[in-house]
Amino acid sequence: MEEIQATKPLHVTSATFDSEVLKSTIPVLVDFWAEWCMPCLMVAPIVEDIAQDYAGRVKVCKLNVDDSQSLASRYGIRSIPSLLIFKGGSVVNQVIGAVPKSELVKRLEQVLRT
Amino acid sequence: MRFDVLVIGAGPAGLTAGLYVSRAGWRAACLERLAPGGQAALTSRVDNYPGFDEPVSGFELCRRMEAQAKRFGVEVVQGEAQGLAVAAGSVVVRSAEATLRADAVVVASGARPRELGVPGETELRGKGVSYCATCDGPFFRNQAVAVVGGGDSAVEEAMFLARLCSRVYLVHRRDEFRAVKTVVERALNDTKIVPVQSAVVTRIAGTDGVEAVEVRNVSTGATDRLEVAGVFVYVGLLPNSEFLAGQVARDGAGYVITDEDMLTSAPGVFAAGDVRKKSLRQISTAVGDGAIAAMSAVRHLQGLRAQSR
Repeated sequence: MEEIQATKPLHVTSATFDSEVLKSTIPVLVDFWAEWCMPCLMVAPIVEDIAQDYAGRVKVCKLNVDDSQSLASRYGIRSIPSLLIFKGGSVVNQVIGAVPKSELVKRLEQVLRT
Repeated sequence: MRFDVLVIGAGPAGLTAGLYVSRAGWRAACLERLAPGGQAALTSRVDNYPGFDEPVSGFELCRRMEAQAKRFGVEVVQGEAQGLAVAAGSVVVRSAEATLRADAVVVASGARPRELGVPGETELRGKGVSYCATCDGPFFRNQAVAVVGGGDSAVEEAMFLARLCSRVYLVHRRDEFRAVKTVVERALNDTKIVPVQSAVVTRIAGTDGVEAVEVRNVSTGATDRLEVAGVFVYVGLLPNSEFLAGQVARDGAGYVITDEDMLTSAPGVFAAGDVRKKSLRQISTAVGDGAIAAMSAVRHLQGLRAQSR
């Protein structure tokens, strides 16, 4: 049961960001998005695919910038989708805008290698 | 993977081509790098697509086109075309994930926003420099922004931003806007929109985020600094046609050259939509191209089948 849930992106908020993202023992991909952002909706299925493909190796989270404005401004988000990769509590890689799956895979592999 | 017709791109042109091929009884797939809709899906409001008497969002319009294409059996395959080769009677398309083969290919890979090419643009991308008002506009609520460009997209998106932002400078290199007259009139009547005509952007300034755009008047040479938090660039398009280099004839700007039946210089390869050299790039013209390209592809398939019989 738990395994099935773990393969879907996890929605995080200001309340859960520290424990789920900053304190995660594995790298975390955070998709900063909003309901009104059309490229965010276009990239969403790719983010879901990544959650499946990297289950157990990378945690995939989604953060709604309307619900968590303070986090969006803390990370200087002024364009969405912004996909930030966290490792050990800090941002190690960042993609701005909707990109093909192959590009996200490339960035994740870089992070997993280091 | 093998299809009768492989369509590269799932925007309005590609989805229409797929729909017509499938409905004619052949196996069609659209290869899409992101998700169906393409650039059209990013348009905040589509006012002039026939059949929609009330404005519709580009996203909603494209969602319906996708659903309609799928109803006729079009498959959407994820991936970005990286190369294309024409071999005897078939076309091979390479993506990062797979090699796809088809008897005919419709290139409907669209276009992407052209960059200004000024200092600060790349460095401040995502930190105030944007190519999509509907995506990033809400981050600039009650702040001043600049829109660069003078065509329909620039003027339409300036009006969208004026609903959110405190002030919108509309910077255009010519003295008159190219956009449709009624749209320009509506924009110039908006008290929040400040037109800055005959001016070119020379630099986007800022350290952690955009702080200003520097402009120069093309006739007087006078310079000015507009204090803004965001810059939205709408200065035209670049065709997504690099993967066709050496295989399909293109014009100097990279647009694919076709005849009126959407035939390209390569046998079995057709083109439709924004990637094609033509005079008007609209959703309505993309859809027309898609239908014509599909029927030409089907004729090509029938010819191949007749030969092999």
